[in-house]
Parts: sequence; C-alpha cells; structure tokens
Amino acid sequence: QDNRISLWSAGDLGNAGLNGEYHGEPHLLCDIQHNGDVMDMQFLDQERIVVASSTGTVTIFRHHQNNQTLSASHRWEKAHHHVDQDTSCGGAACTGVVCNNPEIVTVGEDGRINLFRADQKDSVRTIDNADSSTLHAVTFLRTTEILTVNSIGQLKIWDLRQQRNEPSQIFSLAGDRVPLHCVDRHPNQQHIVATGGQDGMLSIWDIRQGTMPVSLLNAHEAEMWEVHFHPSNPDHLFTCSEDGSLWHWDASTNVSEKPSFLHQGGRSTTYLSHSTINQSVVSAWLSNDPTKDRMEITNLIPNQTLSVNSLDVLGSCLVYGTDSEAIYVNRQLFA
Amino acid sequence: RSRSHPGARALTGSVSDPAGGAPGSSRVFVVRRDQDIYIQTLRKLFNESHGIFMGLQRSEEELAGKSRKAQLVQVSKNYRSVIRACMEDMHQAAVSTRDPALQGQYSTQVSILSAMELIWNLCEILFVEAAAAGPLLLRLLDWVRLHVCDVDSMVREVLSSESPSKHKLFWNVVDVFVLQGRMDEARHLLSKEATANPTSMNMYKILDDLMKKMPMPSLGNTQTLTELELKWQHWHEECQRFLQDGTFASNPHMESICKILLGDEDAILEKKELMTTWYHFLVTRLLYSHPTVKPMELRFYAQSSMDLFLGGESSPEPLDMILMAAFEFEMHQVIKECSIVLSNWWFVAHLTDLLDHCKLLQSHNLYFGSNMREFLLLEYASGLFSHHSLWQLGVDYFDHCPEYGRVYLELHIERIPLNTEQKALKVLRICEQRQMHEQVRSVCKIMAMKALRNNRLGSALSWSIRAKDAAFATLISDRFLKDYCERGCFSDLDLIDNLGPSMLLSDRLTFLGKYREFHRLYGEKRFAEAARLLLTLMTAHIAPCSFWMTLLTDALPLLEQKEIIFSAEQTYELMRCLEDLTAGNVDKQKFQEDDVETTKVEMLRLALARNLARVIVKEGTVEGS
Repeated sequence: QDNRISLWSAGDLGNAGLNGEYHGEPHLLCDIQHNGDVMDMQFLDQERIVVASSTGTVTIFRHHQNNQTLSASHRWEKAHHHVDQDTSCGGAACTGVVCNNPEIVTVGEDGRINLFRADQKDSVRTIDNADSSTLHAVTFLRTTEILTVNSIGQLKIWDLRQQRNEPSQIFSLAGDRVPLHCVDRHPNQQHIVATGGQDGMLSIWDIRQGTMPVSLLNAHEAEMWEVHFHPSNPDHLFTCSEDGSLWHWDASTNVSEKPSFLHQGGRSTTYLSHSTINQSVVSAWLSNDPTKDRMEITNLIPNQTLSVNSLDVLGSCLVYGTDSEAIYVNRQLFA
Repeated sequence: RSRSHPGARALTGSVSDPAGGAPGSSRVFVVRRDQDIYIQTLRKLFNESHGIFMGLQRSEEELAGKSRKAQLVQVSKNYRSVIRACMEDMHQAAVSTRDPALQGQYSTQVSILSAMELIWNLCEILFVEAAAAGPLLLRLLDWVRLHVCDVDSMVREVLSSESPSKHKLFWNVVDVFVLQGRMDEARHLLSKEATANPTSMNMYKILDDLMKKMPMPSLGNTQTLTELELKWQHWHEECQRFLQDGTFASNPHMESICKILLGDEDAILEKKELMTTWYHFLVTRLLYSHPTVKPMELRFYAQSSMDLFLGGESSPEPLDMILMAAFEFEMHQVIKECSIVLSNWWFVAHLTDLLDHCKLLQSHNLYFGSNMREFLLLEYASGLFSHHSLWQLGVDYFDHCPEYGRVYLELHIERIPLNTEQKALKVLRICEQRQMHEQVRSVCKIMAMKALRNNRLGSALSWSIRAKDAAFATLISDRFLKDYCERGCFSDLDLIDNLGPSMLLSDRLTFLGKYREFHRLYGEKRFAEAARLLLTLMTAHIAPCSFWMTLLTDALPLLEQKEIIFSAEQTYELMRCLEDLTAGNVDKQKFQEDDVETTKVEMLRLALARNLARVIVKEGTVEGS
C-alpha cells in the first residue's frame, strides 16, 4: 500500500481576476510516504502537521518551506494499541487527533485517550480504557477540557486537569445508541456542540443544560464523517457523509436585522460585530424549530457518487476529499 | 488443491492425459494478479472513468434520436479525454523518473494508452456517432491528424526556421499537409516558396487555385452528397487537365502534389514515410479518390490500403487487426481482439458498455448465460476487488450487471480485509443499502468477535446492535456477568449504565441492565425498589438460572437490614425460588460436597425464616393504638 501525506498549494490569491475568480489548479508541493491509512490530521502550527494512522501511530511531519519537502520529525509508535499483545486481534487505529500547540490529544479504537506535547518523547498523560467502545473523534472544549464521541452514541467531557480517569460529564442520545462519528464546537459560544452520527443525523447540544441534544436534524442518508462550524462565520455549518453529499447549513437567515457577516473578510470584524448583537442572534443554533426559522441547507455536490470523507473550511475556501481519490477546492464559498 | 498468498497465486492439480492411458504429470500454474491496478497513474483512469460510467448509467434513456446520440458521443469524448489525461501524466512520469526500468514501463504504458485512444476514437466515429458519408471523411481526417504525430517535430522545425522554403525538409512538410488534407496550411507554405522563387509563380498560382477550390464534405446541410460528387468530378477533371498539359512538369514536387490531388495511388504511396501507417494511407486515398465514401464501403478500401501499404514486407500487428475489424464494422471482433491484446479489462468493459447503450450489440448470450457487456463488466469489477481501495468502484459496476452482479458482489464483499473500523463501516453501508443481510451479519460478527478478543466490550456491543444480533449480545452480556462474578464489580459502567433501548436486544442484555440498576438502587439506599427489582428478576425469569444463586446472595444484606424490606408475599416468593434452585440441584454431587454452597443455602434459609417471622408480626400488628 502506498499511502502518502501530500501538501498542495491551492492557488495564489494574487491571481484572482476581476470578479474574484481564482486561476490555477491546486498543485502538489511535496509529499511523503505514510505507513497505514491516514485517519485524521491537523496542522499543529505553520510548519508542522500531526497525523493519525490506522496502525495506531501518531506522527508529526515538518514542512520545510525552503526546499519544499516534508519530513517526519517525531513519531509516537503504538500510541494506540490493544493491551495484551498475545491475545489481541489486530492493531488499533488512531481515529482522531486535535491540536492546541504544543498539546496534542489523540483517541483511537482501543478506547484510549493520549495527551502528548510536541516536544516530549513520551505521552504526558494516557487514559487507558477511557471508553469501552471505540472513540471516533475528539475536539477541545476549553484549553483543559476535551470532548469525545464514541460508537455507543455518547458525548463525553473530560477534564484533563483532574487526575481521575473518568469523564466529568456524559451526554447521550435518547433512543437508539447510534454511534457518533464526529464532533465540533461552536467557535465563539463554547456551550454549543454539534455531532454527527452513523445514521447521518446532525445533533446540536447545549452542554450547559441537560444530557440530551437540543435539536436533532435529519440530514444525510449514511454516516456523517465530519462536521465543522465555519471558524469565522459560525452561523454556517458544514457536514459531509458516506452518501457522497456535502451540506452547507446556513442558520444566518434565522434572525432578522442582523448585519451581514459575510462580505467582510477578517476575523476581527466578525468577532466585534458578534459581541454587540443581542442574545436572540447568538442562539441561532439553539432555536428549536429550524424549519420555522428557515435554515438554508444546500448540497454543494452536484453529481454525487462516492463518499466524501473529509472537509475543512477557512475564510471563503472549502476543501473536501472523496473516495473517488479526488480533492476539491472551492474558493468562492459565499459568492 | 490450491493455495493462495498475497504475492501470487499458485494452483496445483493433477491433469490426466485426455487421450487416456496413465494420468499426466502434476502441473503448477502461476496465476499472477492484475498488475495494472497498482500503477499509480492509472488510478486516475479508473476513478474518472467510474464517474463517467455512472453518469452514463443514470442518464436519460427517454431522450431519443439526435439528442441521445449527441449525449452518447459526449460520453465517448469524456472517456477519451480521461485516457489522454492519463497519457499525459504517464508521459510526465516517464520523463521525470531516473529508474530506467520504471521509465520503460511508463513508456510502454503511454503507447498502450495511445493505442487505446486511437481505437476508441475510431469506434466513436464509426459506431457511436455513426458518421454518414460526407461527415465520415471529415471525422477520419481529424482522427488521422490527431494520432499520427511522428511528423509533428519536423513540421515545427520547418515552420519555426527563418526561411522555411529554404529548409531541406520544406517539401516534406508541404506533402504532409496535403496528405492530411490541411489545404490552408499547405497553401500558406507554398506562398512562401512562390515569393522566394518567382519563376514558378505561374505554376504556383494554378496549384494554389486547385487546392483552394477542392470540394470538401461539410458538416452542416449546406450541400447534398450528389452536389458534392458533381463538384468533385468537375474539379478532378480540371486537375487532370493541368497535369496532362504538363503545367507542373518543371517542378517535380508540385507535380507530385498534383498527382496526389488526383488520388494517384503510386504518388501517394511514395510518401510512405510521411504517412507512417496504412490507415493514414487509407484516409488520404479516400480523401482524393472517394470523398463521399459510405461507411459500409470502408472495409474494401481498408483491406486494400493495408495490403498496398504493407506490401508484403511486414505483417499486420494486433493493432492493425483491431482497426481493420473496426473498419469492417465487426464490433464483436474488435472487442475480442482487444480483450486478448490488452492486459486488463478496463478498455473493453467500458467500450462495450457504451456500445451497448448505443443499442449496437445484439445480445447473443455467451455460453454461461450472461451477455458480453455483463461478462466484461464482471471481469473488470472483479479485478478491482483485489485492490485495497479501488474495490469501492467495483461495487457500482456490479450494481449495473443485472444477472450476476449481485451474486458476485455478495461473494467479493465478504472477502475485503477489514483492517480498520471505518473500512468495515463502509462495507456495511454498501451491504445494507442493497439488503444483503447475510453479509451484514457476517461483517458485524467478524468485527464484534475481534472487539471481544481485544476486550472492547462496548465496541462488540455496538456491532451486535448494528446487526441486530441477539445471540452475540447474549454472549457479550455473559462476558460482563462473568467478569462481575470474578471481580465482584462491573467493568465498563459507562456502557452498562447507558444501554438505553438497545437493552431489549437480548434477554441477557436486559438482565444485565436491570441487574446493574439493582446495584445502583442499592447504592442509593433505595432498598424497597431494589428489593422489588431483585424479585422481579427471578420471578419474571429475566435472570438466567445460573445466576439465581448470586441474586439470592445479593438478597441477604437486604434481609439482614434493621428495617423490614421484603414483605411476607415477597419472602414467600424468595423461599420458593430458593427451593426451586436447590431442588433442581439435589442430584448434583458437586452441590452436596461444596461446603460453601451448602452454608450459603443454610444462611439464606435462616435469613428468610427470620425475615418471615418479623414481617408476619409487623403485618399482623394493627397500626396506631
């Protein structure tokens, strides 16, 4: 198997034409071999990328910009593995990684949570058997707290400051314990969390109250692999699924007389406007009746065939990858 | 007997001599896996063509006539552009690699892809578009211009030189243009010669005029075939006159061009090196002698062209035979020859599918029942399944094979190695979408068993829930209960406490959930509720008989409490349970010999009796007073 980590340049901003169209296709800058399937990855900082492998290894790759190469700068072998190597059946994949430089948190099929620091050889903290089922994804709630989702439909909060190996809170779906595959937290309002399930359902949680989701939105026809709030326009949410679709959820039409966040760039502008708005705007995601409040949902893929496995969004740029071995870059997201 | 391993498959068996007599020697057949699917650059071909294939299957069948044909031609063009894109990538790879072996491999691939595109293009013209007389020639001219590129570098060289007319290859390039029917470009070059050489101005003007006036078929409906033929006949006669008058006698180059314009076979054949292939010769011949050739007439010209061109010096290669079969409109022959020559099924599978959509293939059944299109698609898709990630494409191909697709899919999908949970989930989704319940159960069992072996009980349960596998859920619950008995406490409380409705999947699982609930109630000191639950577990037969002893032992502390928890009714029930248990075991030697067990039973009987005594008194006492 020849799996590679590749770094692409998605086109120069300076090449944008009069109407903002970009010219030039993404081109490959450099790549490097990777052992095992790439299950998840995230930029640690401008130069380093943390990659989670199906072999259970977590690697930090460094991008050398002067000569455009990638090299493996650090590796934690067997960060995820099944205990008792003699009777164990196969390895355990590392399913999720999240970074908050210099901290790196990983989760895996072995139900283990690892806390690494980029400059330290061994793990800072490991919670063995944190979960009896597979942990599918992890994200930071606050700098010292993380959120995990597992394959028995539970959302758990872990406080890393505490030494005990128990979650500080457990949330679960009512009804069938459908596995949850992805989780993301609202960039500005830390109590709003979105998760995606195996049945394609999008759940919005308010972790200040209750143990059940605030709203359940019937979305995809198959597993929802990733969910992302737009980092600077959090009224926009993106989900992608095994059914080959990528949905753009626009809750910005929920509220009347709200200034448009969209045509300005710049994080600072959006943040400032946010804080001057009254409470009714802020709870766009927590409103109980999305149908009444006209949430716009668009499928961004015209001819869907195979699964969309992963997506990421920044500014007006959306990137996603499919099982047809293709990467798509959309630089005109809000046009 | 056969054995297989990842690298190659070897098959052994003894083959007996069909002519009778003694059995023959054992032979070893080394069967090699399809190597092509592992070539990196070809993956783009497989992925992109999969998209085109799916688009074709889903396309509007209701469109009739011209619009349908236009649609199919577009599909064909899409396939060809994918082949060309791949060729480009492969070429880049060949140029940039340092390894000579790899370079050789890439170069070979480039020429194979080029040949594929050549054949496909011809099939598109003859079968998909089914170009009629007139446009047919134009399409064939385009085809030749696109594919005979050996002369391109020469052309470039001459055109970019300072004075082209002085270049030694000047006339070669003019000839190339004429042979390919590129009149404008030929005339342009000739004009340079004329300005440099004023003495031949007169000759030049005549030749230029002839070339300008040459009647060509048009794509639109501006003229009928008859009109074209008439015009052409006149023009042909005019050329003939000029030639016979000796107008060009002083310039052999121009004379030969005039002869070519007249369709003189010998004159054309003289330029063999510039044409390089017999099919170029064919098209040139047609251009200058039968521009209104009908599709069905092609076969005669093709055969004679090939014979004339090769002239007995060399024998036709496989590519030549395939093209000949196409000119003869023998579609099945084309497909058969391609299948033999090419190393994987990609080309024939997709081409046949397209031709089938054009309703061109009669469904003559192959001997094992399915038709040609399905056979090829099945073979191609099966090949994909041996790849660790391209198998996903294969699924869609199987879906569009109505007779055997499903069976093939069922067999193949169970054999995909499930090395991560995500892969297993993808496989499951595919099976569920097609109601392949057997396979769903099978995959879930494999994953659940793996999880169980790795002591991931939560994962194991999650897989059994997905498959609605009650038996496995029972197995997992037994494992939990066994752990509890051995260690005295529950592991994985986060799972048991949060079973939810999945608890109902199996009785044992329900018991586990309820039993845990009992412990929780006890921990919260809600003794009356705990007691009621405990009793229900036994009386409603939720608890397995093997666990009753443990439950009764759990009842002991409740019986020993200062306050009375069990009512008389309940106590009688408990006693009955105990008696049922011991009565059943009275024959068992172990039970009698085990002191601990007998002591337990004794203690229980005592506690129950004491409780009964207290509760009778309590219930008999009148409240108040």
